[in-house]
Amino acid sequence: MDAIIDLLQQNALMPRDEMARLLDMELEEVNSAIAKLEADGVVLGYQAIINREKWDTDKVTAIIEVKITPERDGGFDRVASRIAKFEEVQSCYLLSGGYDLLIVIEAANLRTAAAFVAEKLSTIGAVQATATHFRLKTYKENGAFHNFETADERLAVSP
Amino acid sequence: MSIPIADHVREIPRSGIRDFFEIVQTMDDVVSLGIGEPDFATPWHIREAAIYALERGRTGYTSNLGLPRLRRSIADYVSGKFGLKYEPLSEVLVSVGVSEAIDLALRALLNPGDEVLYHEPCYVSYAPTITLARGVARAIETRADEGFQLTAEALEMAITPRSRVLMLNFPTNPTGATMDPAGLEQIAAVCIRHNLVVLTDEIYSELIFDGGAHTSIATFPGMKERTVFLHGVSKAFAMTGWRIGFACAPAELIEAMMKIHQYAILCAPIMGQDAAIEALERGGPSVEKMRKEYELRRNFIARALNDMGLECHKPKGAFYVFPKITGLTSREFSLRLLHEEKVAVVPGTAFGPSGEGHVRCSFATGLDQIKIAMERMAGFVARSTSRARPS
Repeated sequence: MDAIIDLLQQNALMPRDEMARLLDMELEEVNSAIAKLEADGVVLGYQAIINREKWDTDKVTAIIEVKITPERDGGFDRVASRIAKFEEVQSCYLLSGGYDLLIVIEAANLRTAAAFVAEKLSTIGAVQATATHFRLKTYKENGAFHNFETADERLAVSP
Repeated sequence: MSIPIADHVREIPRSGIRDFFEIVQTMDDVVSLGIGEPDFATPWHIREAAIYALERGRTGYTSNLGLPRLRRSIADYVSGKFGLKYEPLSEVLVSVGVSEAIDLALRALLNPGDEVLYHEPCYVSYAPTITLARGVARAIETRADEGFQLTAEALEMAITPRSRVLMLNFPTNPTGATMDPAGLEQIAAVCIRHNLVVLTDEIYSELIFDGGAHTSIATFPGMKERTVFLHGVSKAFAMTGWRIGFACAPAELIEAMMKIHQYAILCAPIMGQDAAIEALERGGPSVEKMRKEYELRRNFIARALNDMGLECHKPKGAFYVFPKITGLTSREFSLRLLHEEKVAVVPGTAFGPSGEGHVRCSFATGLDQIKIAMERMAGFVARSTSRARPS
């Protein structure tokens, strides 16, 4: 199962028969293992990693630190899930340290991002403070590098 | 004028690999399964440690035997990984790759005419290095149907009163063969009975598949005192270009090897030594990641070759498969595959005459390249089989 998850994380589009060959398994075994991972909620979904410098270049990504007041019954969970439900929010984590939630948002442009913070996020009663950081450039995302050249200078045949 | 070359050097044949490499070099777009080194760059944390060492100005000579800190790392690594205890300051020598350490050991051990036994197919340098050390190279053929393992019977039969040294290389380049501990123990018993010194090149010992474990022949009783344990960072840590190997052996032999090493080489490069410290002390997870990747590729390539009718066992170690070919000699097969399909494999005969009938395919190449190579090879094999069949 670990090996299948590794392969899915590297390239979820890898043909399943190729996975079977790599893992020395039968195609049906691979298919049913993946189906089980999906059914059990271990695999939540599959996505493409987009190079923002080549597509939709106006889109902005912001990382926002959020300090919140936990609620008596719900702790952080209720506020966090309320924030997470906004469609601008791509990821939302509860952290230890100087602030409580770290959220990653994507917005069509700078103005809509600012509007989200000012009008939606900051107005939630439990939110005490926010600090917004805008992405300037991406070097590595989900394990994929952006624009690094790799030189292959191996000899064609060697002992 | 023509410069006279020493007889024993002139008589060494050109390397079969070099020969083949020169043909491949003249061609474009070749997919190569002929490469005997990892396709991974050295893990970043190791490169970064070497950069840091350079920044601090660590650019000088080191002790002839190698940095004391590196020798301690080696002793700890070898003890943790193989269960072999060596005294870091007197029983460990850092060399320029395992190749140099083999040369040192043979030159330190052999008197002219002494015989060195080794199992074949084997790494290309063994026979020439023995010859250059004025020894007599005696190959012991190993067979595909025995998984290319060396048997105690075959060893026993090859021993003569002049036999002095046995060279071992498990996992083996080019066959991927490994030895099970029971077989190794029998070999050890023969070595003790005939008072052979064993040079064991265990450069691929981290790259073992199917959950198997590696056993060094030096761990059997009575063996450590007659064994030169040879290892290095090249293969497992993807550090071929750093040129760092090491030998662990009884102090008097290390001292003799050092006499040659200090005059011929002085010391291994310090940049490589600094990088090797980081590799041995903290490189374990990187090695495991690469090992897993090799294992996946091995599964893929072994199945693809068997599917196209080139019979091969699934190697339990290293990163080579050594499939059997039919109808053509291994050189003809490799040349025609190269010219017709632009796929480079290495003829089995480059690894000794007993490699005839096989080719070596390396899976230290990205899966995308392996896939292309397997498709092209399958086409080639199908065509040559139908041509060979009488109509």
